[in-house]
Amino acid sequence: MTATSKAETPVLELRGVTKTYSVKQGLFGTAKPLTAVNDVSLSLGRGQVLGLVGESGCGKSTLAKILLGLEAPTQGEVRVDGERIDAADRRKLARRIQPIFQDPYSSLNPRKSIEDIVSLPLLVHDVGDSASRSKAVREILDIVGLPARVMQTYPSQMSGGQRQRVAIARALIMKPEIVICDEPTSALDVSVQSQILNLLGDLRAEFGLTYLFISHDLAVVEHLATRVAVMYLGRIVEETQVADLFDTPRHPYTQALLKSVLTPDPGQGVPDTELGMEYPNPIAPPPGCHFHPRCPVAMDKCRTDRPYPVATPDGHVECHLFGGEQTQPTKSA
Amino acid sequence: MPDPLLPEPLLTVRGLTIDIPVGGGTLHAVRGIDFDVNRGETLCIVGESGSGKSLTSLALMGLLGGRIDRRAARMEFDGIDLTGANKRTMRALRGDRMSMIFQEPMTSLNPAYSIGDQLTEALLLHRDISRDAARARAVELLEKVGITAAASRLGQYPHQLSGGLRQRVMIAMALMCEPELIIADEPTTALDVTIQAQILRLLVELGREMNMAMILITHDLGVVARVADKVAVMYAGELVETGSADEVFNAPMHPYTRGLLRCIPQPGKTERGARLGTIPGIVPSLVGKVSGCPFRTRCDQVVDACRQDVPHRHPGAGEHAFRCVHENGLRAGGEVVT
Repeated sequence: MTATSKAETPVLELRGVTKTYSVKQGLFGTAKPLTAVNDVSLSLGRGQVLGLVGESGCGKSTLAKILLGLEAPTQGEVRVDGERIDAADRRKLARRIQPIFQDPYSSLNPRKSIEDIVSLPLLVHDVGDSASRSKAVREILDIVGLPARVMQTYPSQMSGGQRQRVAIARALIMKPEIVICDEPTSALDVSVQSQILNLLGDLRAEFGLTYLFISHDLAVVEHLATRVAVMYLGRIVEETQVADLFDTPRHPYTQALLKSVLTPDPGQGVPDTELGMEYPNPIAPPPGCHFHPRCPVAMDKCRTDRPYPVATPDGHVECHLFGGEQTQPTKSA
Repeated sequence: MPDPLLPEPLLTVRGLTIDIPVGGGTLHAVRGIDFDVNRGETLCIVGESGSGKSLTSLALMGLLGGRIDRRAARMEFDGIDLTGANKRTMRALRGDRMSMIFQEPMTSLNPAYSIGDQLTEALLLHRDISRDAARARAVELLEKVGITAAASRLGQYPHQLSGGLRQRVMIAMALMCEPELIIADEPTTALDVTIQAQILRLLVELGREMNMAMILITHDLGVVARVADKVAVMYAGELVETGSADEVFNAPMHPYTRGLLRCIPQPGKTERGARLGTIPGIVPSLVGKVSGCPFRTRCDQVVDACRQDVPHRHPGAGEHAFRCVHENGLRAGGEVVT
């Protein structure tokens, strides 16, 4: 399940990460557990891009929050460069993992100048003096393709694409190893999206960055990612190399997701994903395999027994079609 | 030139112009666009933010604010003149013969009214029909858009439904009076890709079944290619290229259309990880006098003549048309980059 050779320590590793929330339904309802992230183990080598895909509510954003130290996992651990990171130590985490969010209109403080916004991480971590911080801002703006004169302007004076460049500059100024990109281009126009995707690709090559790239746009994920993890109701149901996933999707859910991609080819009509039902309620997930009520090839077993991860040549899949028996005791709840 | 053998289009728009007074003068948001929509046909208007595509749809429905100046040489819906139509005429058309589906199902459904009340409102207003019959029709349509336990949904409120269900309710609502024209403004943008495919399939199937015309407004080229009969590419308030989906996607002529198609990663065509095409620069300001080709500031085929009036060109025998000073969308010696 690792993207790296045995000798190299993965830059990012998740081991059995689980996050359970307590959710009240209605004003007087009793609290019920909601497992947003369910026993997720992932390993990512330096310079890799892990695309994380799945429908809204599957736990993608909760996973991102755990990595950013904004949420503590209920169980399991996060390791960066082999070192276990305690979510309580957010400052330390923030030096190594930085986010780029979806909406550059709401993720930048409108009352701060671009220089203030981009230099804030340096200030928080008490790096350098005023002059050196200013110099660092100028350098990073140049790297993301913004002229130094924007330093004294405000977010409202910038276009969406420029704002997203500012957000990228802010994420990179602490020279993090890992960048969590949560739908970084979905609020942008097509012509701007391609500029930002190119920039993210260039930055990765130049600085050896590792990305966790969360997106609902599978064409974009296919283009940028080196590995892809497919998430369904808190579990990673398939994870493998990008070419392997897109060329030979194994899990029926992955197949349905790929089917739903609308390539710009006229005359082909809108595909039938055969995903009949609504996304299930995560508070009361279906028994057995969580995907079985929507699965076009569900068997009797899928309705009662949960599947376990099965190793594939490049990753794993979690589906009874491929075995998915419990072969070793797992830590899962 | 109207073909005497063809029926009159359901909707005819000629020279639609929308001016918005702003602080520094007038924003020429839409400048003289022409299009037709036939019965049972789907026209997709594709463009980026600020291109004027949503304003165009609101103009058709007569939903622009009072300060906005809307003019047209001709704007007719089934022979009814929309340019001079008074509020009463428009109110009679809206929700009955033409209806609209908006992007955000959360903000366009009223949170204080039940699904049933909102679904039946238009029908009770436009038709002489009993409340029970209207509710029966609502259940029928909810089932048609794939909502299970439809009857029990009528008493529910929008917050009790997921995004995908709310959008289906919006579609059912738009269909209540069996409209002849549906205008859908980014109907699937806020939804998951899996739900998007289901909703689009549903719209296409229902459109075919009811011989309904549809204007679909979107920025998503994939959606356009799969759903459109006809495509209109809009840029900075003008239709820069129009034609059948096949013509526009397989033989794009305008440098903007070509540029857009290069910007998106196309599975199976674009090499994984390769650099994507870009369109440098930003959309020009449309405040004050706008002249020449609006795309010239970002165009890789720009020449001096682009400052002058831009001719309409018709490259083939079909309806394919584009606006460019270059005969084939390329300056002398230029090559199509794919």
